[in-house]
Amino acid sequence: MDAIFDSFIIVSIIKALVIFAVLMTTLAYLQWVERKVIAHVQVRPGPYRVGPHGLLQPLADVIKLITKEDLVPPYVNKVFYLAAPFLAITMALLSISVIPFGPIITVGPVRTWMQMTDLNIGVLFVLAASSMGVYGIALAGWASNNKYSLLGGLRSSAQMISYELPMSLAIAAPLLISNTLSLRDLVETQAGGFWHWNLVGGGQVVSFIIFIIAAFAETNRVPFDLPEAENELVAGFHTEYSSMKFASFFMAEYANMITVSAMATLLFLGGWMAPWPVEYGSSFVPPLIFAFFGLVLLYHGKQAVRKWDKITFPAFGIIFLVIAAIFLIPMVQGWLLPLFWFLAKTGAILFVFIWIRATLPRFRYDQLMAFTWKGLFPVAMLNLLITAFLVALRTK
Amino acid sequence: MLTAVPISWYLTLSAVLFALGVAGFLFRRNVITVFMSIELMLNAVNLSFVTFSYHNKTNDGHLFTFFVMVVAAAEAAVGLAIILTVFKNKGTLNIDEVDSMKN
Amino acid sequence: MDVILFLVFALIAVACAINVVVQTHPISSAISLVGVMGSLAILYLLLGAEFIAAAQVIVYAGAIMVLFVFVIMLLNAGAESRKGRSYTVQLIGVPLLIAFLGLLAFFVQGMSGRETVVFGGFQKGSPRDIGQALFTTYLLPFEVTSLLILIAIVGAIVLARKEID
Repeated sequence: MDAIFDSFIIVSIIKALVIFAVLMTTLAYLQWVERKVIAHVQVRPGPYRVGPHGLLQPLADVIKLITKEDLVPPYVNKVFYLAAPFLAITMALLSISVIPFGPIITVGPVRTWMQMTDLNIGVLFVLAASSMGVYGIALAGWASNNKYSLLGGLRSSAQMISYELPMSLAIAAPLLISNTLSLRDLVETQAGGFWHWNLVGGGQVVSFIIFIIAAFAETNRVPFDLPEAENELVAGFHTEYSSMKFASFFMAEYANMITVSAMATLLFLGGWMAPWPVEYGSSFVPPLIFAFFGLVLLYHGKQAVRKWDKITFPAFGIIFLVIAAIFLIPMVQGWLLPLFWFLAKTGAILFVFIWIRATLPRFRYDQLMAFTWKGLFPVAMLNLLITAFLVALRTK
Repeated sequence: MLTAVPISWYLTLSAVLFALGVAGFLFRRNVITVFMSIELMLNAVNLSFVTFSYHNKTNDGHLFTFFVMVVAAAEAAVGLAIILTVFKNKGTLNIDEVDSMKN
Repeated sequence: MDVILFLVFALIAVACAINVVVQTHPISSAISLVGVMGSLAILYLLLGAEFIAAAQVIVYAGAIMVLFVFVIMLLNAGAESRKGRSYTVQLIGVPLLIAFLGLLAFFVQGMSGRETVVFGGFQKGSPRDIGQALFTTYLLPFEVTSLLILIAIVGAIVLARKEID
């Protein structure tokens, strides 16, 4: 009894540390990806100088934010001013703990799922964590004792709770089809191939679109980012914050983005399942993709325009070819392939987030609220009704 | 030492929270704090419902808790709207000063 | 393990509840009440009521209390003033409260016998079971409460809207 207890605790602690480390690195590099993508959309290079192609830019940003002066203005309400970023980032990181990245894996003597913990109310847990995240922003806006912060905080919280409604209704529709609230079982019901995914086979296209739109509003991203827009409200609710506390708000926003992208993948796109079964060769797709990009980089390295690129492009090309070779080793395929599919799908949705930020202008606040209450919410309710009707017909 | 929690501890906790809610309701003068004490009393009663549902091995208590939550939500919405109207007309949130119907 | 969890979260709940009653500024009371609801959600999980725990955090702590916090911020409610407080009321009231609680605890202890709460001792709290009971036995209260919510929405909008002159 004690042996099982101990190994469960040790395995959980190791999983928590691994997920935390990977998540923090991903948050930092997600910002690099965002700056690069927006820059290339606007036909400019983006971060380029710090390290090859700006890859060390997140490190420079972290050092800058940590060493900045940590100023607590004297006119703020100290308890809530210090508690607000803590609340924001705690709730944002809490939802990552129930997301499954892959199936059962065997590491040494331990067989465990690639998920920190599986709750049988996993979907409700993620909804609860995002509901509590509203407090971080509302308290930050109020405690800063500043007109712009208060307005930004109130608007942002009102927007977040208004868009929780269509998001919950859009989540309820694929739950009717998969018939479970546990995130692990949700992925298992979409096994077999992309025709089983809730987006394709379950016909949840409208739910997917509503979920993505509501996700943009929940995470305060363009086109719904009026509460933190720089040319509208100074900086919204994080005007009075500096250094690590400001960094916490940013990390909370990116962690929320990763959470909603992961939820979209799990609910609609089949989680870590491959698009077609392994017997028909889907395990060769990742090595092919990596090998293709490796060869492209080697080719461009030969004819590089700038001096450093003659070294960095071939280096990255070789790294990609090595990764493609790793994908062919059968020993690591058990956990590497599902992880690749999960990250590819989540990464595609994150790319859509960044793409839309580079492209669309932002909504005015009254347009935003009218859109959810008069447009998105009735459509989400209608979608849920129709889905429920079709599920009832199908099980007759 | 104790290996499991006796069920009477949950009921005592519910009674303590309810009594604190009553104390807040009777002693405070800010109308929003009075309203929050009412919510505290409702939460204490919810804990009591769920405990008795555990005791009777049925989930009817959970259903009652669910309905209490729904009714509390509706009541909070209307109550806060009334508080907003009173504030607009009287300019104060102190319940001792809203006494225009006194003789 | 159950005992430690219960004691920790019961103490947090009582401390936050005392904070709700004692604090002068309404926002501190509101955030303490959110703390009470969070600890109660954990106690519901110990009692096997997982759906009610999730509903408590999503509905009560995540929506109703946000409404309270909004109204406090909009009305710019300040801290309560100390004048006009009669100490005699508190001097008599607090011991009476403690005596009332002691009497209640004594009777509660006598009523419930030796039964203990074990985590995993109650299996019918999952969303599936709650949903089945909600849509079969409790269908009429369900429909009536949806009508009640509609009435509350209309009432709140009528009371709180700006008059168009």
